[in-house]
Amino acid sequence: MDSRQLYQEMILEHNKKPRNWGMLGDATHKAEGLNPLCGDHIHLSLKLNGDQVEAVGFEGEACAICKASASMMTVAVKGKSKADAERMVQEFRDMTTGKLDAAGPHHLGRLTVFSGVSELPTRVKCAILPWHTLHAAFAGTDTASTE
Amino acid sequence: MSARDKLATPLDVSALRRDFPILSLKIKDKPLIFLDNAASSQMPQAVIDRWVKYRSAQHANIHRAVHYLSETATAEYEKARLKVQAFINAKESRECIFTSGTTDGINLVAQGYGRKFFKAGDEIILTTLEHHSNIVPWQMVAEERGAKIRVVPINDRGELLVEDYRKLFNANTKFVAMTHVSNALGTITPVREMIAIAHEYGVPVLVDGAQAAPHLKVDVQDLGCDFYAFSGHKLCGPTGIGVLYGKAALLEKMQPFKGGGDMILSVTFEKTTYAPIPAKFEAGTPPIGEAITLGAAIDYLTAIGIECIAAHETDLLDYATDQLNRVPGVRLIGTAEKKAAVLSFALDGVHPHDVGSLLNDDGVAIRTGHHCAQPVMQRFKVPATSRASFAFYNTMDEVDALVASIGRVQKLFA
Repeated sequence: MDSRQLYQEMILEHNKKPRNWGMLGDATHKAEGLNPLCGDHIHLSLKLNGDQVEAVGFEGEACAICKASASMMTVAVKGKSKADAERMVQEFRDMTTGKLDAAGPHHLGRLTVFSGVSELPTRVKCAILPWHTLHAAFAGTDTASTE
Repeated sequence: MSARDKLATPLDVSALRRDFPILSLKIKDKPLIFLDNAASSQMPQAVIDRWVKYRSAQHANIHRAVHYLSETATAEYEKARLKVQAFINAKESRECIFTSGTTDGINLVAQGYGRKFFKAGDEIILTTLEHHSNIVPWQMVAEERGAKIRVVPINDRGELLVEDYRKLFNANTKFVAMTHVSNALGTITPVREMIAIAHEYGVPVLVDGAQAAPHLKVDVQDLGCDFYAFSGHKLCGPTGIGVLYGKAALLEKMQPFKGGGDMILSVTFEKTTYAPIPAKFEAGTPPIGEAITLGAAIDYLTAIGIECIAAHETDLLDYATDQLNRVPGVRLIGTAEKKAAVLSFALDGVHPHDVGSLLNDDGVAIRTGHHCAQPVMQRFKVPATSRASFAFYNTMDEVDALVASIGRVQKLFA
């Protein structure tokens, strides 16, 4: 697959105008995601109300794939329960590593736009970083990396 | 052919390209445009053949046996050392240590010289331009010995500030380690002048020549450096081999870096005595075939003429710089007056990683990231850059292709 095919309109749009941009002032959970090999660096903040993700905000310097993945992730997990969000983390990981059956049941919705990343090994880490960071934030770990 | 004649003869780049089988590769039906030479260079068929000849007819362990293959391999290995000596104009071949690369050579000096001679309070001068391989070994030995690191600043063009460097010297200054050519910015440093200043204070200097040796004439007598390190794979040779040059008097004073076979005179459990240089620093079975192949790479480049190589690469750099300067939204990072053919740039609104990925779709190979020079990136307030680095086998057409590809990336992100 041409990496050009990955840069579809949705991804370019989310890169240009990322949703939920900016760290939350009243965050209950925070984590930092760093991919040292390519320089993707994001900060993620969450506000959990009980078990529910009430608000999400992120910032950082990252490539388009990473930024778009982070942006779409924040839209997808907002309002979801922690358990549902963690399930999405797993499904997203599976999808980007070619292990998800796209025809089978999953909860990724529009996130399937990243499915092509499974054919571009050097970009998998970019797409996955925000999700690892989310997982770290839930777990109370400060930093996530894709190494 | 005299040096003057060589300079007058421009390179026949198309002919030279035919020497490199990998340059005819297609990337998804597009011709490969290899602009990542600062990371590693390609190997011509003649040098590949030299490896094959060694493996087919000359290989055995060296220095140890009296049979034909061992004698042949030993002779070829030592012949390669003589080629290195001539290449950098070392006084003696024993001053040319074979290492596994520049990083290995710098670690050798940090451990062999630094660990033995640095004391608490001593100062080591490095520069902002350094590759991590010329920072971390010094940090490691400084931490161990209680020494301090001082850093020479650069200006916004990526040039070292020599007067600030001079001001760093004091009674505690014990060592200078600096690059000859910056891998991230392409800056050619005023290394000769800076070595002279260090010597006024009786301070030895190690030069990281990884990016210099392939692209300009290195004469260690002229430079006056105490140590000079470079890698084979950056000058059309194999990976896993490099050279550390050191003045004999210094190498003799140093303690060995790695212990083992071949670097000893005699071993008992009570006492071991070390071999003279270069053996003292060549423990274990060396990369024999690699050293011999490096010798062939040196022959290949010498036949072309380093001055001719430098001239062509300067033409490429000037043309590429001019072309990229005309593209709005492209910012060149590293604009020193004296540069090697390395172009780091930033594209407004596009992360280097995206640039590199999309360029790859056009068959253009560049490198993106921090280039193992995070301090330089921090100085220019960028997390990473895109870097195109040229060799003598690149062409003006390839520069055009790079520029066109960058244009397409900009269109996609507009």
